[in-house]
Amino acid sequence: MIRAPLRPLARILTARANGEDPDRIEAEARAARMRAKLRAERQRAERRLWLLAATFLMAFGTVAGRMGVLAASDPVEPENGYAAAHIANQRADILDAKGRILATNLRTNSLYAQPHMMVDKVAAANGLAEIFPDITAEGMLAQFEKRKKFVWIKRSLSPEQLQAVHDLGEPGLLFGPREMRLYPNGPIAAHVLGGTRFGQEGVHAAEVIGMAGVELTYDKFLRDPAEAGKPLELSIDLSVQAAVEQVLAGGMVLMNAKGAAAVLMEADTGQIVALASLPDFDPNKRPQAGADPAESPIFNRAAQGVYEMGSTLKIFTAAMGLETGLYAASTMIDTKGPLVWGKFKIRDFHDYGPLLSLRDVIVKSSNIGTARIAIEAGAERQKAYLRKLGFLEPVPVELPEARRSKPLLPSRWSELSTMTISYGHGIAITPLHLATGYATVANGGMKVTPSLVKGGGGVGERVISEKTSAELRSMLRAVVTEGTASLGEVPGYNVGGKTGTADKPNPQGGYYDDKVMATFASMFPAEDPKYVLIVTLDEPEIQLGRDPKRTAGWTAVPVAAEMIRRIAPLMNMHPQPKEG
Amino acid sequence: MTEMVFGVVPAKAGEPLLPRWWRTVDTWTLLAIVGLFAVGLTLGLAASPPLATRNGLDPFHYVSRQAFFGMLALTAMIFTSMLPPKLLRRLAVVGFVGAFIALALLPVFGTDFGKGATRWYSLGFAAVQPSEFLKPTFVILTAWLMAANYEAGGPPGKAISFGIAVVLVVMLILQPDFGQASLILGAWGLMYFVAGASMVLLLVLAGLVMVGGVLAYQTSDHVARRIDGFLSPDLDPRTQLGFATNAIQEGGILGVGVGEGTVKWSLPDAHTDFIIAVAAEEFGLVMCLVIILLFGTVVIRSMVRLVRERDPFVRLAGTGLAAMFGLQALINMGVAVRLLPAKGMTLPFVSYGGSSLLAAGIALGMLLALTRERPQDTLSEIIGRGR
Repeated sequence: MIRAPLRPLARILTARANGEDPDRIEAEARAARMRAKLRAERQRAERRLWLLAATFLMAFGTVAGRMGVLAASDPVEPENGYAAAHIANQRADILDAKGRILATNLRTNSLYAQPHMMVDKVAAANGLAEIFPDITAEGMLAQFEKRKKFVWIKRSLSPEQLQAVHDLGEPGLLFGPREMRLYPNGPIAAHVLGGTRFGQEGVHAAEVIGMAGVELTYDKFLRDPAEAGKPLELSIDLSVQAAVEQVLAGGMVLMNAKGAAAVLMEADTGQIVALASLPDFDPNKRPQAGADPAESPIFNRAAQGVYEMGSTLKIFTAAMGLETGLYAASTMIDTKGPLVWGKFKIRDFHDYGPLLSLRDVIVKSSNIGTARIAIEAGAERQKAYLRKLGFLEPVPVELPEARRSKPLLPSRWSELSTMTISYGHGIAITPLHLATGYATVANGGMKVTPSLVKGGGGVGERVISEKTSAELRSMLRAVVTEGTASLGEVPGYNVGGKTGTADKPNPQGGYYDDKVMATFASMFPAEDPKYVLIVTLDEPEIQLGRDPKRTAGWTAVPVAAEMIRRIAPLMNMHPQPKEG
Repeated sequence: MTEMVFGVVPAKAGEPLLPRWWRTVDTWTLLAIVGLFAVGLTLGLAASPPLATRNGLDPFHYVSRQAFFGMLALTAMIFTSMLPPKLLRRLAVVGFVGAFIALALLPVFGTDFGKGATRWYSLGFAAVQPSEFLKPTFVILTAWLMAANYEAGGPPGKAISFGIAVVLVVMLILQPDFGQASLILGAWGLMYFVAGASMVLLLVLAGLVMVGGVLAYQTSDHVARRIDGFLSPDLDPRTQLGFATNAIQEGGILGVGVGEGTVKWSLPDAHTDFIIAVAAEEFGLVMCLVIILLFGTVVIRSMVRLVRERDPFVRLAGTGLAAMFGLQALINMGVAVRLLPAKGMTLPFVSYGGSSLLAAGIALGMLLALTRERPQDTLSEIIGRGR
């Protein structure tokens, strides 16, 4: 690179020779350099300013363009309230075995207030107090006067209430859509269905969550959007369930019982056709549990309550005796009473004489006879046997309450326990356990898994042999024809069954003399049972003759017989012609 | 006779002041500024009644205040625009020193009005934000220093001004006021660019800003949330930005109608940071385009006029003022249309605000003063007298 010389030497030398001032020439050269530099600077600044102006033009243009694009697009509604979009409020229906609705949804409205938007808070509070009896004007007004912008008033309104609130004309009272769970049949099958409550709540929707029953067990399924509202089909038959409940309620009143339960089960599959517990409740307005949960209407006596089942368990002792091969139906057993074991004495209701065949032990219901069989078979075998029947574990049915109800067992399985358990004392199980056990006897000896869901349940391992099962069934039939359950005869349906009357345990210790649990465990028709029916009455007592009658034969049996008379035709069972 | 005894009445040579001002001032920019002020008043009528209602004041309280300060600002602007560049420079440098001291004393005497950042002096009837006055005077100071750099044997003005800029940015960040800090830095960068910075250095600076941004993203939750909100494709419709976007969409081309808008009730900053959303909702895209056109006119016309300017000081100062004004408007509107991450910044001369309006008036007055037509030294340069 050739640099221009800083000092124009040639010109300076010439100037000097001519006597001129050389500094002026140098100054001129400096000034020229400066001008050139400034010109270059200025030209660069000009270019950059143009560039800057163009950039700003583009930036303003971009903002304008973006503004145009936005203005041309559709607005998204901004939503107040939280997470309303995430509340899935489609809960699937619940149907019975024949497709009739047990639970569905109803569109209602919730009511809330925005006090800052209210015109007349006093008038609004007074108006609300008039419409809703459970609201006081003062309480409401106090809520409105707080510095809150949002006050819930009602979770769901009836159409009449909705209109009445509309008519108040208060702009600060607002409605939010709600899906309400509706049980159109009221209290029918209440304990099976359970009930729901509102979960996470927003203005525009609220979760409906199961609280109990199948609503709780199948909560995930019912709320799963992936299932697209596929209904839950139960094995319950609505008309049979209604008949069972009606007869049971009538029986409970007639027999002066304070509670009752019934289970109707298909013997071959374990499917539950009807399951009732009284007193009951309306799942549309599920009450709170009272002081004593076991006496509360929401308590499921059929699947949740554990009771000593009394003599109904004798049939399993007989089954065990037959299965061991030590006994046959005709084997004579010493029934001379009382049976003394240590300081305990075991008695029979009546004295049946010194000897009874095994068959008659069942038919006549001899405690001493069954105790002797049990002691012969031994505690271990009894325990293993009851385990096989599923009596030592909660019933695996689709009810959360049932799954939490553990049978009460003796802490030490002594020989005395073995004897009392043989006739149904010292072990407490649910009526549903009993139904499962009787289904095994009825279906030829197979264990069944009880189920409330259509197509659920199933057959498990063999517990007793076909032959033993047939013998047991004939004994059970004999109990009705010639034994303790003679009132259980239903013409044409050949009922077989076993009564059980257990003294109720006194919470203070020991047993009551005058309070019993009367149970009739039955199956029909006895020669090839289709259904097993358990009927339990809590503290029944009827006045017949001189003494009050409490035994199952007088109380639970006639109720069960009436029930079978009502429900057998509903289940398409034809009465059989009279034998002989 | 009188003339013979007392001599003639001394008459000033040349044109009278006002006609000369009118002839030489950039009329289009002036009209655009007045237009912006009118738009601001109109939008204030729409946007500020909710705030006034919330504060229990007369619905048009803020509008009348805006009108008062607006007139004050316009008057200050016209006076400022009459100043010759040299006087302007001197006054601005003095003003810068004053504003700088006021800024430095903020932690002692300032108030935060419960907003978490100490940026204001409370004067009872009005709040004054020193940084608003600092911005234009800083630009003038920087232009002076950078222009001095051109002189043979001049001071290293670019380096000094950079030092001042860094000090200011640190002080503003400590308040904290990231918005003003970024404006100061941005204006300095653009002036430096026009003053002939080497491209390599500019790229290095841009890289540093990027690194700073990444550091801020990683260390500050506040910044990270803003950036995440900007980057995520779906907008939560319950945020300020969501409401603003929705308002623009609601407004469409012609708007929902005067007084029919709803966004002003939901947005706490409807009268300041998000006034463009109110404009879009009530007056539609048309109003937004008018506003953008007005800002564009002021910024781009001023820059184009400055291209012909020979005086480095005037050129740089004008560029800085125009760029700062444009940047602020762009950032404000860019946030509302989600081109930029959320950053609280007022729309100059349109948003409500007493002292900021006055400061904007002074800044625009300076810009008008610097873009006036004045004899350029073209001829003298050709003759070779130099500067």
